[in-house]
Amino acid sequence: MSHPEQIIPHGHILRYNLRERLTHWVAAASYMYLLATGLAFWSPWLFWMAVILGGAPVSRILHPWAGLIFFASVWMMYVMWAPQMKHTDADRKWWAAVRYYSTNQDDKMPPAGRYNAGQKFLFWGFFWSAVALLASGVVLWFPEYIPWNLRFLRYLSILIHPAAALFTIGLFMIHLYMGIFAERGAFGSVIRGDVSIAFAKRYHPGWYDEIVGESSSPRK
Amino acid sequence: MSQATLRVQKISGHAGSVPGEDTQREFTVCKLIDTTTCIGCKACEVACVEWNDLPFGETVFDNTYQTMPQTRWNYWNLILFNEHEREDGSLMWLMRKNQCMHCADPGCLAACPADGAIVQYTNGIVDFQQANCIGCGYCITGCPFDIPKMNPKTHRVFKCTLCTDRVSEGLEPACIKSCPTGCLHFGTKDDMKDLAEKRAKQLREHSNFPNAGVYDPPGVGGTGVIYVLHDASNPEIYGGLPSNPHVPWTVKLWKGPLKWLGNVAMIGGLIGLFVHYLRYGPKAREEEDIGPGGTKT
Ligand code: HEM
Ligand code: SF4
Ligand code: SF4
Repeated sequence: MSHPEQIIPHGHILRYNLRERLTHWVAAASYMYLLATGLAFWSPWLFWMAVILGGAPVSRILHPWAGLIFFASVWMMYVMWAPQMKHTDADRKWWAAVRYYSTNQDDKMPPAGRYNAGQKFLFWGFFWSAVALLASGVVLWFPEYIPWNLRFLRYLSILIHPAAALFTIGLFMIHLYMGIFAERGAFGSVIRGDVSIAFAKRYHPGWYDEIVGESSSPRK
Repeated sequence: MSQATLRVQKISGHAGSVPGEDTQREFTVCKLIDTTTCIGCKACEVACVEWNDLPFGETVFDNTYQTMPQTRWNYWNLILFNEHEREDGSLMWLMRKNQCMHCADPGCLAACPADGAIVQYTNGIVDFQQANCIGCGYCITGCPFDIPKMNPKTHRVFKCTLCTDRVSEGLEPACIKSCPTGCLHFGTKDDMKDLAEKRAKQLREHSNFPNAGVYDPPGVGGTGVIYVLHDASNPEIYGGLPSNPHVPWTVKLWKGPLKWLGNVAMIGGLIGLFVHYLRYGPKAREEEDIGPGGTKT
């Protein structure tokens, strides 16, 4: 099935529609706020970040609310993208060849669809971390209401929350690195929404074929 | 006013050195509570509320002497009443004055992320500084005695200060002053330990309490509040006094290895990505990747 409506002039293809782009930036903005305020409480050496962001008590009040916004946007992504994020045989081949991907030998990579296996891993990593962060975050939000005989919930959350946050920080660093520095063109796709045909062919040939269709040739 | 007794040897959420650490050869102070001579009169409760000028809260009446189940943000000192049946079928009415234990290794302080919200003075008193508190409630999770309590309006935690204002002026805490039976004592930790051991020995040898002993739990490094118990082998019967209190191991893991591991991983990750970029650079830079309007995408 081809999607000619996604082909736009000047050799470009629409990769993310407005809803997808908005969701992405709501998640990104809330995540970065959560990251800064969370890290401020993680380490005394980073406490100044909370001070800059309006003072530590303010950060304490807003962090959980930003968390709810973050979770809502991740949930939206789940609704939009989960079917496309299913692991396939192609993904197993992709992981087997990941050393070529990480050393920029992309011509040796098995073809990827709209999302390659690494992107799928990022998605599920963020999704499940968001679930864990929400569950533990709600306990950290109201520790004074957790009854004494359920205190193990607090003891667990105090570990799970930063551990899950650290995991997402790892994902986040790689995500930023790929999107801004390594894969030129990816950043534009989530701002303007489109990518060049060369970008699509190089990184997501399966997706490119799907959009353009076997028979039709892209308009130049 | 001499601040000598208020030099700080531990600070919560603090980067860098602690001003008063190891600067003083000072006695640590201690409150001794002899549960065997407490009559449950609640004079100490009143003295605490009076001296600390705390607003009254509602009490509950459930046909017992227990007018509230636990200490509150505005009620730092509470007698816990417990009926205990002994093996021979006789009944004991146990009363325990419950308050902050002023742990030598305070879990509240270890858990707190806010600089200076919890301090420990060189005299051993653990004190909350509400002005620096951010209201996160981590201290509630760190404390093995369920002591820090949140004021829902100001979202700051409060607890017994061991009358640090009085102690720094050379006075005893208010509760000590008020006790009519003399079951409360205040002095240096060494003196109080000594007195407590003597009393426990007396109970063992002359009052038919073979298990009498002193409660000064080593799991939190000892406490600035110690008890004489009729049965030191079973502190739980005194309203859930933990028999072997520890700072929760998840709190230790969180503030110790996880913190180090996380910091090393984050810094290592940043360096790794930077070096990767220097080595491999961006993925593709051919002409065909020129974006609309000639911009580089
Ligand atoms: C999903 C909903 C979330 C909720 C309800 C939530 C709630 C909380 C609460 C109540 C705290 C305690 C102190 C504070 O308020 O800062 C906390 C700490 C923290 N949060 Fe979140 N949070 C959420 C998501 C996140 C996310 C996405 C991150 C990602 C970076 C994050 C990172 C942190 C960190 C690093 C801490 C400090 C942990 C520590 O002290 O060791 N949180 N969170
Ligand atoms: S609530 Fe407790 S742990 Fe949090 S800042 Fe205040 S004193 Fe520290
Ligand atoms: S009893 Fe609780 S609040 Fe008091 S010093 Fe120990 S850990 Fe802190």
